[in-house]
Amino acid sequence: MPPQETRITTKFLRERPNDSFTFEAARKYNKAYSALEKALKMSPEDIVQEVMTSGLRGRGGAGFGTGQKWSFLPKDVFPRYLAVNADEGEPSTFKDHMLIVGDPHQIIEGAVITAYAIQAHHAFIYIRGEFALGAERLQQAVHDAYANGYLGKNILGSGFDLEMIVHRGAGTYVAGDETGLLSSLEGERAMPRIKPPFPAVQGVYAAPTVVNNVETMSTIPHIIRRGGKWYAGLGVNKSTGTRIFSVSGHVERPGNYEVELGMSFRDLIEGLAGGVRGGKEMKFFIPGGASAPWLMPEHLDEPLDMDRAFELKTMLGSGAIMVFDETVDPLQVAWRLARFFAHESCGKCTPCREGSGWIEKVLFRMANGLGRPDDLDLLLDFGQNIVPGLNAPFSQTTICALGPSTMSHVVSLDRFFGDEIRERLKRDATRRSQLAVTSA
Amino acid sequence: MTAPALPTPGTQGLTDADRRRAKEIIARYPHPKSALLPLLHLAQDRNGWVTPAAMEEIAEMLGLTPALVLGTCSFYTMFKREPVGRFVVSVCTNVSCLVNGGPELLDALRMHYLDDDDVFVEEVECLAACDVTPVMQINYEYHNGLTPEEAIDVIERYKRGELEARTISGTRRGV
Repeated sequence: MPPQETRITTKFLRERPNDSFTFEAARKYNKAYSALEKALKMSPEDIVQEVMTSGLRGRGGAGFGTGQKWSFLPKDVFPRYLAVNADEGEPSTFKDHMLIVGDPHQIIEGAVITAYAIQAHHAFIYIRGEFALGAERLQQAVHDAYANGYLGKNILGSGFDLEMIVHRGAGTYVAGDETGLLSSLEGERAMPRIKPPFPAVQGVYAAPTVVNNVETMSTIPHIIRRGGKWYAGLGVNKSTGTRIFSVSGHVERPGNYEVELGMSFRDLIEGLAGGVRGGKEMKFFIPGGASAPWLMPEHLDEPLDMDRAFELKTMLGSGAIMVFDETVDPLQVAWRLARFFAHESCGKCTPCREGSGWIEKVLFRMANGLGRPDDLDLLLDFGQNIVPGLNAPFSQTTICALGPSTMSHVVSLDRFFGDEIRERLKRDATRRSQLAVTSA
Repeated sequence: MTAPALPTPGTQGLTDADRRRAKEIIARYPHPKSALLPLLHLAQDRNGWVTPAAMEEIAEMLGLTPALVLGTCSFYTMFKREPVGRFVVSVCTNVSCLVNGGPELLDALRMHYLDDDDVFVEEVECLAACDVTPVMQINYEYHNGLTPEEAIDVIERYKRGELEARTISGTRRGV
C-alpha cells in the first residue's frame, strides 16, 4: 500500500477548502468548540494531565513536552498569560500558515482550552505581519467566537473569562523565538531574553506565560475530544501523534503532508511528495527548516522521529523538508541560508551579530569562485566562537538558537561535501593565480 | 477606469479618526506599550509610510519617548520610514524560491520598476508559501508561481485599479 497521510488537524480544512474558516461551517461540519464544552467540565489539572498522557511535544521546533511546559507555571502566581506563536518564519515552513488561513477556529478552541488549563485570562495570538489574509481570518474568527460565547466573560456559563487579542507582527524572524516574541508583544524590538527565568516564570509583563505553537494549539481539541491515550497510541517512541511536514524544493508535489510520526523520510518525500522532480537524483535534503543540519540520500530510510533526528546530529525542527537535486550547488544554498541568518540576526549577542555576517561573506566568495584554499577550515575555526566544539546537539554562546543555526549548514558542508569543497577551493585559487601570472 | 482612492504618501501625522481607533486599540491591551506595533501599522496605513510626525504622536499616546518608538519601528522590515509608493512588491529568494526562479523574478521586477515611484520592489525572506514558487506578495497579498511577465501584468492591473489592493501594511480597505 502506498504511504498515506493521517489527517487530524488538517482533515477539515482539506475537506472543505472553500469555507472551513467560517464559524458556521466549522460548527456545522467539524463540531468546533465541542471539545471546549467538554474541557470546561474537566478540572484544569485533569486537562494538563491528559495532555501529558498524550505525549504531545511542541510543534514549533524545539519539541518540548507541551503538558510539561504548562506544569512549570509557579503555583498561585497570577495573572498568567498565554501567547500563541503564529510567527511562522523558519524558511520553507508553511504548515502554520495553512492552519491559520484554513481552520482558525481550531486554533482558537485549542487556545481557550489551554488558557483554561493554565488559568490565564488573557491570550495573545502573535501572527506574523506578512500574513495579511491569515490575520483577517483570525480576527473574524475571534470576533465570531466572542459573539457566540466562546470568548469573553463567563464562557458557556462556566465562570471562566478569557480575552483574546490577535496581535500582528511586522516582519522579523527572531519574534519566532519565544522570548523574542514576548519582547515584541511588549512593544520592544523582538530581541530574545536570556533564560532563566523561563517564560513560564517570567514571561510577558514579567508574569508567568505559556508560549505555544499554532500546530500545537490545533492538536489540543483533538486530544481533549478523543483522549490522551488515543493520541499517544499514534506515532513512534517519544514522538507521538501526527505532524504536518512542509515538503518543498525539487519535488514533484510540494506541499503540506500530515503523517504519523515514525514514517520514513523516503515514504514522505518519494511516496507522498512524488520524489525528485524530472527524474533527477537527490543531492541532499534539509530535514527540519533552515536551522537544521542537512541529511543525505543515504538517510532516506530513517524514521521521522524527533529523538532519532538528534542521533543523526540534526533535528525535525519546524517540520520543513527541503529537497535539492543533483544540479544544485551546496555552497550556493549554504550561502543563501547564511545570508538569511545574517539579515535576521537581531544584534543582541556579539558572536551572532558579528559571526553571521562573516560567515555570509566567506561563503559568498567560496560559492563564487573567489574562495581561498583554507576557507572552509577558517569558517569551522571561527564558528567555534558561536558553537564551541561544533558537535550536535549544538552548544551555544548566544541567547537564542539563531546563533548556532548560522553554523548548521557550515558543519553540514564539511560533513558531507568537505573533500569536494576543499578540492574546489584549491582549484579556484590556482586558476586565479594563473590568471594573474598570464595578465602580468 | 479611474485609479482607486489609495492614500498618497504624505508627511502628516494621524487623523482624528485614527486617534479614536488608536485609543480603542490601546484599551484592549493589559499594558499600553503593547499597542505600539498595531499603532505603527495604523500610522503606516494612513500615510503610506511611518512619518516622524506620526511616531511623535504615538509616543505621546503611549507615554514613551519618540526615540523609543523609532527604536522599535526601525527594527521591523514591514515599517517603511520613507515613502515607498502605493505598492510594496515582496519577492522571496530564500532557498526553496532560490532553486525555483525567485532571484530571476526579483531581478526582472527590479529592472522593470527601476524608475517607477509607485512600485517598491524588495527582496524578502521566506513568506511561508513554498509549495507554489516563486513566492511574491503585492501589499501582502500572495501571487505565487508567476513568470516575470505574468507578475508585471498583475502589478499593472493593481495600478490601473482593476484589482483591489490591500494597504501598505496589508490591511484590507474598509475593515
